[in-house]
Amino acid sequence: MKTNIRTRLLIIIAVLVVFVFGIFRVPHGLSGSALKQAVLQNIHLGLDLKGGMHLILQVKVDEAISAETDTDVASIQSDLQRNGVNGAVVSKPDPSRADFIQVASVPPDHTNDVRSILENTYSSRFDISPGVGNSWTLTMKPTVESEAKQRALDQAIEVIQTRTNTLGVSEPIIEPYQLGSYQILVELPGVDDLGRVKDVIQSTARLEAHEVIGGPYPDQQSALQAAGGSVPPDAELIQSVPGAASEGSATSWYELRKIPVWGGTDIRDAQPGHNPNTGEPEVDFYLTSAAGDKFGAWTGANIGKDMAIVLDNRVQEVAVIKGQIRDQGNISGGGISEQRVKDLSMLLRTGALPASIDFLQETTVGPSLGADSIHQGVVASIVGMVAVWIFMLVYYKGAGVNADLALFLNLVILLGFMGFSGATLTLPGIAGVILTIGMGVDSNVLIFERIREELRAGKSPSAAVDQGFGHAWTTIVDTHVTTIVSAAILFIFGTGPVKGFAVTLTFGLLANLFTAVFVSRVIFDAHLSRKLHGEPISI
Amino acid sequence: MELFHDPKIDWLGKKWYFLGFSLIFSTAGLLSIFFWHHLPLDVDFRGGTVVRVKFASHPDADRIRSAIDTAGLKDARIQEPYGPAANNEVLITLSLTATSQSAIDQGRAGIVTALSRHYSRQSDQDQNRLDLDNVSGSALAAWLQQNDPEHLGNTADAQTRYQSQADAVLHFRDAEHSGILDSVDSLRGVVDPAVLTALQQNSWLSGFSVRSVEIVGAQVGKVLQHQAELATLYSLAGMLVYLWFRFELIYGVAAVVACFHDTIITVGAFSLSNQEISLTVIAAILTLIGYSMNDTIVVFDRIRENLRLSRREPLADLVNRSINQTLSRTVLTSGLTFLTVLSLFLFGGEVLRGFSFALVVGILIGTYSSIAVAAPMLVAYQDWRARRGKAAALPAAKKARV
Repeated sequence: MKTNIRTRLLIIIAVLVVFVFGIFRVPHGLSGSALKQAVLQNIHLGLDLKGGMHLILQVKVDEAISAETDTDVASIQSDLQRNGVNGAVVSKPDPSRADFIQVASVPPDHTNDVRSILENTYSSRFDISPGVGNSWTLTMKPTVESEAKQRALDQAIEVIQTRTNTLGVSEPIIEPYQLGSYQILVELPGVDDLGRVKDVIQSTARLEAHEVIGGPYPDQQSALQAAGGSVPPDAELIQSVPGAASEGSATSWYELRKIPVWGGTDIRDAQPGHNPNTGEPEVDFYLTSAAGDKFGAWTGANIGKDMAIVLDNRVQEVAVIKGQIRDQGNISGGGISEQRVKDLSMLLRTGALPASIDFLQETTVGPSLGADSIHQGVVASIVGMVAVWIFMLVYYKGAGVNADLALFLNLVILLGFMGFSGATLTLPGIAGVILTIGMGVDSNVLIFERIREELRAGKSPSAAVDQGFGHAWTTIVDTHVTTIVSAAILFIFGTGPVKGFAVTLTFGLLANLFTAVFVSRVIFDAHLSRKLHGEPISI
Repeated sequence: MELFHDPKIDWLGKKWYFLGFSLIFSTAGLLSIFFWHHLPLDVDFRGGTVVRVKFASHPDADRIRSAIDTAGLKDARIQEPYGPAANNEVLITLSLTATSQSAIDQGRAGIVTALSRHYSRQSDQDQNRLDLDNVSGSALAAWLQQNDPEHLGNTADAQTRYQSQADAVLHFRDAEHSGILDSVDSLRGVVDPAVLTALQQNSWLSGFSVRSVEIVGAQVGKVLQHQAELATLYSLAGMLVYLWFRFELIYGVAAVVACFHDTIITVGAFSLSNQEISLTVIAAILTLIGYSMNDTIVVFDRIRENLRLSRREPLADLVNRSINQTLSRTVLTSGLTFLTVLSLFLFGGEVLRGFSFALVVGILIGTYSSIAVAAPMLVAYQDWRARRGKAAALPAAKKARV
């Protein structure tokens, strides 16, 4: 019996040491501030305690599909021309459906040619079917479409990751948000320049070169009139920033060819620089070699025409093509600032977002609120704990000491577990710690009350202790299971702070099974082994 | 010490009082939910913008309102949270319609500009000076580098030196003074004298600071609402299945009815007191569903044990005896948890107020319902079976226990 108790005591001490290590690891000293620092290093605080920004972003994946089908429209057009089919109109007739292409006005004698061209090249990605009149319709296959959307989401996550890294945010979380479709969860701890961070994340940074069909026009109305009342399907009207055409020119509108000469993914590098003539800040960018070849051929063939550089759907610069340009260009004008040049170069380097992004949710917690929350949480925990300790001592006397020790160990294991597992402690998580104190001691109460009952029934102390633990055990398991089931459902359905609550509550209750049943029993046994048989215990 | 020495209370004899009590509270809650305050939902679920602003002195709601109105932000709601008045916090809420999809933080920006315009203590010249109550760490460091009060030049050394002083100011303001400085002079000792002089000359204190911002678009709010409903239902179903498995179906049904009763009364309390239900409140309610099951299990366990020992005793007497035998347990366990939750309610701060309020109400009701709803339901079920001429005995247990 004695050695048995000694082994079990050793187990308890070992557990205590391991979990104390989990809380503090090896602190740089034993002063209060050194210990505090050690704790903060090992236990991860959530955004609601540390301060920071929590965002949910919607990636407009339809735009990625639309960009893809735009390219398809252009390539169907050139395929048809190459095969001598003239007069067919390739378009996307329904602006709300990015996945739908129509080939209309097919000359009757070419119907079969068109069919074989479409089926040879496009049937792997599109469902092709004959439409009304002499037309064919192509609908993107659902699997192809969802793959493309998923790719857009993955790319967007990667781009945002690179961008936040260059901002120097420590430990950012950027991952798919499971509750929505094609949404991203972004958590940026300790960020305090919110406006800039949001700009950097949200900028599509889609840089494109377009052929200018007409312009500049002073406003959208006159641009529309000049185009003959409606914009042709292969063109679009885009507004410019001030100073796009020449020094000091006002904001105006241009009619541009819809399909860009090169686009967002064709940028190889971008660096901040200065205009050699004016000294104004500018962004110098370089195209990939494939895009450079294409661009060289196109500019060579279009000398004398106007070309527009478009960034995020705004014309940045319009210039006459004076000769062949291969792989270089720059963006300036519009009173662009040094900071903007720096950010923009970074954005172009990290690549364009495949689609634009909407903010669905934003939670920002300032560091002062977080600091206050920690303070209040700690005070509430200590007050609650001391109240429970005092009550147990008064109500159960000797056995109360036992319960208080077990409760203390319960807390050490919980916090140590948080340290080891790297789980995040949130403000509701602190509430979970407080609840663990209250619920943890419940197990002791159940056992002690049963022991008292057995003692009243005339059993000897050791038999009463034995029966008490035996009978209370199933009840304790039942009560723990119900609460842990609730916590598990919270963990599955909850987000951020609430998840933190579910984690601490579950860890706390699991640790409680060990402390209230095993540790408490060892203390009783150790106490009983030093008493004569039948001598009363303090409970 | 003992709270209850061998109590002999006739609980089931009082069942009509209990029924009345439960009916009054749940009906009051339901009436409020349907006809009075409805279900006051937090921004998490409702969508919209909430900005939590702390002021240096007790805020004047009318003055804030006029500032917000002048800025053209319609239908702003200004709430002073419960709790100690010395906290000086105000929640400014904008409805979802003012939270546009494309520019989600327009409302926040509007509120901040309106307040800073309205709270400039001196005059327009403050607009160009540094507001130390709202400046960010990086902005302060950049400002110091630019003004270079210590004449260190544009070196890496100077950069780290100013950065560390900016960090010190921010730590002093946020971690030690809840985000608001009493005066610029209070920074004496926190920063170098030269920096202090520069700040005294070129900065001011607006006397307010934005503590947190929450902006939720309609889409996210709807999803979360749906999730919360699902989670609550799954929780109740989980309890039913577990008790069915551990006891008998009727025990599970009785316990879940009691839990449902607790949930309705707790949610009703939020409606009656017009407090908002947030994500953390839902977390508290789910926890309650699990926790209020505990007392019920303690009583049920004893009923089952007694059923095995004395099969002759009328069920009502046996249930009474079981409740009385476990009364001290039930009251003590709930009481101790209540103690910690009360501490959370009193000291845990404003952010957790809804959460701790739900637990305070829920634990009281949960304990009551274990005794007054769940156990009598077992008796009522048996009476109902007896009237229909079925076997009278309540199933004791599926399997014998040690």
